[in-house]
Amino acid sequence: MRNNKTNSKELIDLLRRMWLIRAFEEKASALYAERQIVGLLHLGIGQEAVAVGACSSLREDDFVYGGHRSHGHAIAKGADINRLMAELAGRATGYCGGKGGSMHIVAKEAGFITATGVVGGTIPLALGAAFAAREKKRGQVAMVFFGDGAGQAGPFHESLNIASLWRLPVIFVCENNGYAEFTPLSAHTKIERLAQHAKTYGISASTVDGNDLFAVRDAMQKAVEKCRSGKGPVFVECLTHRMRGHYEGDPGKYRELSLLADWKKQDPIGRAARALKGKKAITEELEAIEREARALVEKAAKFALSSPWPEASEVDTQVTA
Amino acid sequence: MRELAYYEAKFEALEEIMAADQRVHLINGTFLSLSPHRHVYQNLKSKYGERMISPPISELGFCGLATGAAMAGLRPIVDLSTGSFIYEAWPQVANEAANAYSMSGGQTKVPVVFHLFHGLRGGGAAQHSGSPQAMLWNVPGLEIAIPSSPRDVKGLLKTAVSTDNPTIFVDHTRLLDIRGEVPESDKAIPFGVADVKRKGADVTLIATSYTVQVALQAAAKLAQERIDVEVVDPRTLVPFDLATILTSVEKTRRVVIADETHQSCGVAAEIAARIAETGFDKLKTRIRRVSTLDVPVPYSPPLEAHIGPSESRIMDAVRAAVA
Repeated sequence: MRNNKTNSKELIDLLRRMWLIRAFEEKASALYAERQIVGLLHLGIGQEAVAVGACSSLREDDFVYGGHRSHGHAIAKGADINRLMAELAGRATGYCGGKGGSMHIVAKEAGFITATGVVGGTIPLALGAAFAAREKKRGQVAMVFFGDGAGQAGPFHESLNIASLWRLPVIFVCENNGYAEFTPLSAHTKIERLAQHAKTYGISASTVDGNDLFAVRDAMQKAVEKCRSGKGPVFVECLTHRMRGHYEGDPGKYRELSLLADWKKQDPIGRAARALKGKKAITEELEAIEREARALVEKAAKFALSSPWPEASEVDTQVTA
Repeated sequence: MRELAYYEAKFEALEEIMAADQRVHLINGTFLSLSPHRHVYQNLKSKYGERMISPPISELGFCGLATGAAMAGLRPIVDLSTGSFIYEAWPQVANEAANAYSMSGGQTKVPVVFHLFHGLRGGGAAQHSGSPQAMLWNVPGLEIAIPSSPRDVKGLLKTAVSTDNPTIFVDHTRLLDIRGEVPESDKAIPFGVADVKRKGADVTLIATSYTVQVALQAAAKLAQERIDVEVVDPRTLVPFDLATILTSVEKTRRVVIADETHQSCGVAAEIAARIAETGFDKLKTRIRRVSTLDVPVPYSPPLEAHIGPSESRIMDAVRAAVA
């Protein structure tokens, strides 16, 4: 098997992390329906294997940048779900004191440097972190998550070129879920695989099954190793699917139901669990993992909703440092 | 006191900054635009070349890179050279760098400097003569420094690098050869402290950037007409020192504002509004603006000269204010 370097306990931990993300986002969805969370909520349900496979290959002091669909990336990098849920609920105890919300998560203590509400907006920022990491010579790398929609945006192309030119230690993780907002990729570009762009710029690139936790982890471990040893940037395209709409409330009429049913069979959590059973990892533990995740998330929701709203006097406290 | 050219004072600052702080990198331009004094840049490069970087023509990419590097502990100074080129980097400057500190609830500081040359430069025409500082003043989270003299460029540049905020450093090519006093042991000039560049009793003439120099010439000529003009230079737009201006207005009770941004929602418009809001009762006559006319900057020299805050337009406005 590809994951022969990973022992059963580690695998259980990865599954635990995937369940934590799934439970967190399902709870966020419920709270959104109750208007406890407002604005735009973009869920990555169905894409957990990418977040967990990628972030589990990093060191604590590596830099991670996300996008508008990044709860999973933050949790995978080790963000505290209480403060994260409180941020989604706009409370004073949230990571950003309620000033950021779902699209603008920052959990700096965990190395989740920033998300962005702008498609492709954090790609140049990740270059900067990689540049700083190289200057400081501490062997850190930067990792940036973005969707297939970013592949048609300017910052993507300028950044790939610069990263390649300067051999920056940055890992580009493209979550190709086939839809840029409401439109299939084929309506936006003739390029079928985003990894093709990376090759054009001279960046080592691969495309993996993004719903296969072990395939993702395997590719990421190799990418991180290459990056850390100073061999320049790596691009990993992960083919996946979001099982929800672009945002919560999106009727999703642009997708065929049969396709969605197909993808449900490919649910990354189910696949990872089946693989673990095959490996004779503790089978009883699997159900407990889901239960525990849901209990932790319930606690997080309680923490968030019982937290105070930010005071109006806080509104101009962090405009400039 | 010794005298230096503006470009010499600026490069003295850059050299002291590079020597003092390993975290500072200079990205992109020469900080000289097309001025012939390239030797100062080459001198600096011979000492600190490893930290002076020439990226491809990707303003969006390298302004974002500088912002990300600042988030991760460096203190980059980007030279966009022609000010209009910051429009190419707008998403990273206005939507990422400016918002990060607030949006993160104070977790993320962004100590990056975006240096640019704004304004009328002689034949720059519409796409190379922009003065984006007014638009940027409308973006909370940025600090904006706008020097007008050799002493100020040195002192303000040092502060720009040392603050923890994204700073727009608004420069002007027509200042590069201006000479002025710069003390040997000049210290950083704090942001938010306006400078009275000429004392006077009759009219408060507020000006920024190169227009301060034009205003000083206008004031000297108006003195021959027995009009005593006080020239006040805010030096930074964010933070803005309204108190010094109001003290001057209390004395003169007349205000003219001269500035090279376009008139509508321009720098003069915002300064006029602030004075009117807090110092209306001090005014004896209406506030007058001398801004760049609201047209795309034309190429032909007489047309370009016509639209800017020229000495004659400033003198007319001052005369009208005391009439």
